[in-house]
Order: sequence, then structure tokens, then C-alpha cells
Amino acid sequence: MKLIDCPFIGPRPAAEFVYGGAWRPMPDAEQCSDAEWGCYVFHRDSVPGTKRELWYHGPSGTWLVAERDTLTDRFLRTMTLGQAMAEEASHA
Amino acid sequence: MPLRLVKNAFDSRPGPRFFTQPERLKDSYDVVIIGGGGHGLACAYYLAKEHGITNVAVLEQGYIGGGNTGRNTTIVRSNYLTPEGVKFYDKSVQLFQDLANDFDLNIFYSQRGHFTLAHTDSALRTMRWRAEVNKHYGIESEVVDREDIAGACPELDLDCGGHLPVLGALYHAPGAVVRHDAVAWGYGRGADQRGVEIHQKTRVTGINVSGGRVTGVETDRGSIKTGTVISMVAGSTPRVTNMVGLTTPIVIHPLQACVTEPMKPWLDTIIVSASLHVYVSQSSRGELVMGASLDPAELHSTRSTLDFTEGLMDYLLDLFPFLGQARVMRQWAGMADMTPDFAPIMGTTPIEGFYLDAGWGTWGFKATPVSGMTMASTVANGRNHDLIEPFNLSRFERFALVGERGAASVGH
Repeated sequence: MKLIDCPFIGPRPAAEFVYGGAWRPMPDAEQCSDAEWGCYVFHRDSVPGTKRELWYHGPSGTWLVAERDTLTDRFLRTMTLGQAMAEEASHA
Repeated sequence: MPLRLVKNAFDSRPGPRFFTQPERLKDSYDVVIIGGGGHGLACAYYLAKEHGITNVAVLEQGYIGGGNTGRNTTIVRSNYLTPEGVKFYDKSVQLFQDLANDFDLNIFYSQRGHFTLAHTDSALRTMRWRAEVNKHYGIESEVVDREDIAGACPELDLDCGGHLPVLGALYHAPGAVVRHDAVAWGYGRGADQRGVEIHQKTRVTGINVSGGRVTGVETDRGSIKTGTVISMVAGSTPRVTNMVGLTTPIVIHPLQACVTEPMKPWLDTIIVSASLHVYVSQSSRGELVMGASLDPAELHSTRSTLDFTEGLMDYLLDLFPFLGQARVMRQWAGMADMTPDFAPIMGTTPIEGFYLDAGWGTWGFKATPVSGMTMASTVANGRNHDLIEPFNLSRFERFALVGERGAASVGH
């Protein structure tokens, strides 16, 4: 059985998790143009690679961020939203 | 031993059967089509036949029709929900019905009638909505009750074992199945006979853009100069659009399907249940061809999963309990390029000379003839064909989405 390592309660069966799409920084809605906002809302970068994604663990009702290889479907790393945002801030 | 066999044994290459295989790429073409599936070959065919543009290369990284053209469940229908979708797919059904004559090739077009089962009041309401839109555009489509369904398919357990009983269905008489390989071969042969070059095992590695317009294509067999490139690569679209620096709303999800062992003919209609995520028809070989909904997350792989077969069979047995002993023979997946509004992305792009025929999600095969025809017209005339104008990439920045909820594997 495929497992996903929840950062809060450890490895759980993949069937308990729901895919929440790519995790992306949101542009400033007041400042950006319609085209930029449309790009944020709809456009995605769906080439194979390691992606940061939102996943939801249904039974415990928690969101988490996972790094996953979209060519092999391997989960490389999972982290809490707080950890992911802190990493994002330190990169910026 | 027939002389022809002996002669072939001494030939360096087998003689042409459906297509000639050109030895090398030319330095330049008027039009380069990336992707030798049904759509790419259909576009080449109509470019040559309708518009006299024959200096065309179709570049296919694998073999023709080996991608999603050979991986779908071959259903053709036009009972969509939006006026844009209904008009577009209706044209496709019309073209399909004449294709065997057009090609002089049997494509095993088999009109079966198509039932979309409704298990809830809200699904029945959507069926009514779809039927009214369809009828407005002159398409045979009506809501039928349980007795009609039982008459057409007595094997179906209308009560679904007590789980989500069937309330009614949307019936679409023109719904058909077609031999998908023959569609690709027919278009390929027709294009080849008119001078189009089909290059298999030729991978596009880059697209040259200068001053906002396309100037050429790089492949693993050399460079080509061209002012017009059409991307017709369902499942690999983001990789191609990356080459010209465009982003799209497309996200790739695998879509799986399977067939059972062959059995005596018993199912002569196409049965679809959006609530149970099942579509099933019986092939002329006797196999049940079945599909379900998309895999839940983005993935660039055609691997199969046990989750899919388990989930599908669970629902299939609700509909047809007597299939408990039937065995699944083969299972496979295709990569579906999904869009947020379940409609394709077609026509011109901000890059001059770069055209998109993408976003074919779960509805690509049935659109093969019409997409080839409209894309050929778009390229030949330099402006989007009327039927595909609503599907332009620019609709997302204009927030003018199509909202096609009649697509396969979309819940209601």
C-alpha cells in the first residue's frame, strides 16, 4: 500500500489524502493586471518535475505541503504549511 | 512461396503499406505539425485536401496513433452541454459518419445509441438541460425513463443493488464507437497520398522563435525552417508550450481504461454513468471496453493502478451484477491534458505562427475530424475558424470560460 508521510501524525495510506493542486504564491490582487490575475487563477506549469503541492488529509482534516516527483509519483518530502511558508520566505 | 515474400526478404526496407516513410527531413516546410495522432494526421489531411497545402511534415516521437488516439474508449457523441461544445462535436459526428467513404477504408463505425444514466435529481436536471440545448441545435437527444432503459438494456440492474437507483437517462441515438487506429491510419494514408510527409520516431527538442514569430523547429534528426508550427500533442502540451515560453491552464492527469475477456454479444448500446464514474460498451471482438474518471493528481506517466480497477469494478457490478465472474484482460492509461472548463484550447496564440490544438482531456478522440478540419482552416486562412473561436487560449485572461460540464468523467 502506498503511504504518504503526514508531518503531523506520520505515514498514512495514500487513499486518505486528497490532492489540492500546485502550491503557488498569490500575487497582490490590488496591484496586478487582469491578465496576471487570470494567469495566477488558471495557468499552471504542468511539465514533469519535482512540484510543491497542497494535499489534504481527510480523516484528521489537515492541509500539508508535499514535494512530489510528477514523473514517478514519488513523494520526496512533506511539511506543514508553516514550514513551507518559512522556507518560501527565506528563499525570497 | 509467393514471389513477393522472397522479394521482400532481399529489400532493405519493407514496401509502403499505408504510408511511405521518407528517408530524411527536408530543410524547410510550410507547416510543421507536432504529434502524429488522430488530430495531427487529420489536420495534415485537411490541409492537403481542402487547402492544397502539401509541403507539410507531421513529426511523431513514437509511432502514429500510439498515444491517446490508441488509448481512448472510442466513443463518439455530440450531446454536450454548452452551445459552443454541441455545435463543435456535432460537426465532428457528421464528419465521422462520412469518414469511411472519404478514406475508402472500413473504420468500423458502429452507431449504438448512448445512455447517460442519472441516479440523482440533480443529474436528471442536468440531463434535461443537455437534452434541451441539444434539441435546439437539431441533435437527437432526449430524457428517457426507466422503462425505456430497461427495454434497450435488460441486463442493467436499474436499482443498482439499492445503491443510487437509476431515475432516468439522457438518450443520444447517434452515439457510436469507432475503430480508433483506423481513424489515424485513414487520415495518415490520405495525407501521405497527397504529399504530406509523416516522420515517425522524430522527437521535437525545441522551437525557434525570433521577434515573436516562429522560425523553425529543432528535432533529434536535425533542424527545420518553418513559419508555422501546430502543436497537437495531447498529454505533452506543457512541454511543447514551454519551448516557446507560453503558459497554459493545462494540467496532465492520467486517464485509465481497461477491457474484459471477450464474451458473446449482449450489450449493443453505450452505457455511461457520471455519478458512478463508469462508461462501458462492447467491442466488435466481444470485449467490454470500460473507463472511469481521471486519476486524482497530476502525473506524467501511463502506469496502471489497482485502485482504478477496484473502484471501477465496484461500480460496474452495481450496474451489471452478473459480470462478477468476468475477467479483466488489459489495463492501460493515457495522459489527459485537462483544462479548468473541460473545453479544448485551440487556434492562434500570442506567438505568431504557433498554433495550439490542446486541452483534449477526456474528449479528444471524438473531436478528431472536426479539430483537424478547423485547425487546417485556421492555419490556411490565418484566422480562427468560427467553431473554435470560443476555445482560444485568450479566454482565460478574459475570464470567458466555456463551462463544458457534459464532458466524460465530469460529475454533475
